[in-house]
Amino acid sequence: MAVIVDNNTRLVITGITGYQGSYHSVAMRDFGTNVVAGVTPGKGGQVVNDIPVFDSVAEAVKRTSANTACIFVPAPYTRDSVLEAIEAGVKTIVAITEHVPLHDEIHMVAVARSRGVILVGPNCPGVASPGKAKVGIIPSKIFRKGNVGVVSRSGTLTYEIVNAMSEERIGQSTCVGIGGDRVPGTGFIDVLELFEKDKQTKQIVMVGEIGGTAEEEAAEYIEEHVSKPIVAYIAGQTAPPGKRMGHAGAIIARGKGTAESKIKALEGAGAKVARLPTDVPRLLLE
Amino acid sequence: MKLLEYKAKELMKKHGIPVPEGFVVSSADHIRAIPGPVMVKAQVLIGGRGKAGGIKPASTVEDARQVASKILGMNIRGFITREVLVEKRLDIAKEMYLGITIDRSRRCLLIMASPEGGVEIEAVPDKKILFVPVDPFIGYQPFMGRRIAAFMGLAKEQEAQVVGVCQKLMDLLVHNDAELAEINPLVVTRDGKVVAGDAKVTIDSDSLFRHKEFAGFPEDMTPLEEKAKRLDIAFVQLDGNIGVIANGAGLTMATLDSINMYGGKAGVFLDLGGTDDPKKVRDAVLLMEEAKPKVILLNIFGGITKCDTVAEGVLEAMRERSIKVPIVARIKGVNEEKGREMLADAGVIPASGLSEAAEKASKESLR
Repeated sequence: MAVIVDNNTRLVITGITGYQGSYHSVAMRDFGTNVVAGVTPGKGGQVVNDIPVFDSVAEAVKRTSANTACIFVPAPYTRDSVLEAIEAGVKTIVAITEHVPLHDEIHMVAVARSRGVILVGPNCPGVASPGKAKVGIIPSKIFRKGNVGVVSRSGTLTYEIVNAMSEERIGQSTCVGIGGDRVPGTGFIDVLELFEKDKQTKQIVMVGEIGGTAEEEAAEYIEEHVSKPIVAYIAGQTAPPGKRMGHAGAIIARGKGTAESKIKALEGAGAKVARLPTDVPRLLLE
Repeated sequence: MKLLEYKAKELMKKHGIPVPEGFVVSSADHIRAIPGPVMVKAQVLIGGRGKAGGIKPASTVEDARQVASKILGMNIRGFITREVLVEKRLDIAKEMYLGITIDRSRRCLLIMASPEGGVEIEAVPDKKILFVPVDPFIGYQPFMGRRIAAFMGLAKEQEAQVVGVCQKLMDLLVHNDAELAEINPLVVTRDGKVVAGDAKVTIDSDSLFRHKEFAGFPEDMTPLEEKAKRLDIAFVQLDGNIGVIANGAGLTMATLDSINMYGGKAGVFLDLGGTDDPKKVRDAVLLMEEAKPKVILLNIFGGITKCDTVAEGVLEAMRERSIKVPIVARIKGVNEEKGREMLADAGVIPASGLSEAAEKASKESLR
C-alpha cells in the first residue's frame, strides 16, 4: 500500500528546466517514480532527461494523464504554480520551494484543502515510498523497504533518522516530510490518519520541532484515533524562546511551542519519545 | 522583519488609522517645538521600553530636549536607542487591545481584541479576549469589525470608529504582507476619539522581494546575525561556547540537543541550508570564528552534498585565518571518505555519527 505516492503516481515536475528540477527528475526516476512530464512556461516542446516539457500543467495533464505534481519553481511563483496544478485537476502536489510568502501560503493551502487536494509543503523535502516512488529531494540511498511510516517537519534530520533506521534493518512504508513552515498544506494529523489506514504501515515515527502546537494537536488525535505504536522525537529541546531556529515555524513565541509541552503531550498519548534522534531505532525495536 | 514604532505608525497613518501627532529625532537639539505635552519614546526593536526607562513625559521644549538626551544612546536590553519619537500625549479615557496575527492551527489569519489594553496580551485572561479567525474564503468583512466593536463595550460613536480601525488594520496587514499588526493600547481619548497609542508591525521576511520599500530598515539582530543574513545563512547567537554548523534547521537543533545531553552548551546555531558550495562553507566557518566559540562542531548530513567540497571550504577558512579553535567534524554524503581524509590531514577531529560528534565537542568545550 504506502501513502500519498506509489506505483500509480504519474508525476509532472514544474520548474523542470531549472538546476534542481532537472537534477531531481533523474533521481526520482531512478527511484522508480513514473515521471511523465515537466512544465516550464515558454519552454514547451523541449525535452529534459528524456522527459517532455510543456508550457502549462493543464497541457501536461491532458497529454500525459499526470496525477501528481512536484513544484520546484522559485518562491515568488510558487502560489501560481500550485494553483495552476489544482486547477488542472492534479490531486497530489508536493511543493519543495522554501521562503514562500505567508499570505500566498494561506491562500494556496486553503484552496488545496477545500478541494480535497493533498498539498505537501511548501518548504519540504517531499515524500518517498521505498520500492515504489519518490516525489521530492530526499536522498534515495537512505531508504529501505519496510513497515514504518515516517512523518516529519524537518529535512536533513529526517534523513539522519531514516538512515539510522535503515542501518538497523528497519524499513519504511512511506516517509513524508511535511516541512517547516507555519502554514503547511499537510499536517501531522493528515498523515497519521493515512498511516492508521495503511495496511503496510505497522509503526509510526513522528519527528516534530519547537514552534506552534501541531504536535500537541497530533497527540490529541493519536489518543482518539491512532492504534499503531508511535515513536517521536522533538527537535529544539535546548532552543531559547523568541529566536527563530532556521525554519520559519521553529520559534517559541509567547510561551507557546516549547519542546517540553510537546513531549509531555505525546507521552500522555502513549507515544515513546526519544531524547536523541539516534535513539529512534532502539525504541522501534523495543 | 519587525518595524520600529514610528515606522509602524507611519504605515497606520497611511492606511487611515488615527495616530498621535509627533515627529522623530536622532538628536535632542533637533527638537524645536512640541504639540503641547508629549511623550518621548525610545525607538528600539524590543519590548519592555517603559520599564527600562525608555518612555518619559515632557511638557516644554526644554523638558523634551532634556528627556530625549537621556533616552538617546540608552541601552535597552541590548539595543542602543538611536532615535526617539516625540509624540503628543493622549488624554486617555480607556485602553483596549487590537491585533491581527496568524492562526497556525486553523491555517488562517486571526483577529484578537480585548477591552483590556496597555498590558501584554499574554497577561490578559482568554475570556477577556475575542478571537475572530478569518476564513480565507470569506476574507475580512465588516461584520467581524462590528462583532469586535460590540465586545469592547463602547458608546455607539466609538463603536463606529473601532469598526473602521479593524478594516484599516486588516488592509495594512494584507497590503504590506505583514504577519503581525498590533495596536496596544488602542486608546479612547477623553474627547471620544479612537487612536493608536502604540503600534507593532512585523513584515513577513519572505515577502520582501515584492516590498522594496522596506529595504535597509534596521532589524533586531546582533551584528554577526546581520552579517549572516547577508550571506543567506541562518545564524542565532546563544549563550554557550560550542559553535554548531549543520545543514538544515531540524538537524541543527538536534545537534544542539545532543550536545546538551553530553554536558556541552551551544553558543551559536548556524544552519547552512542545503549547500555544498565551498565558498558558503568557508564564509560560515569564518563567521563562526568571529563569534569566538571554544569548539566548532560541523555536522553535515548530505544527500547530494559533496563532502570533499565541504571539506575544501573548511580548509580554505582555516588557511585564511589560521584558525586555532578545535573543530570536530562529522560529514556524511557523497565522497565521504575523501572529505574525511582531507579534514583529518588538517588536524580536524573526526566523528562518525551525531552522538559521537556531540560527545567529542562537549568534551573539548569542557577542557
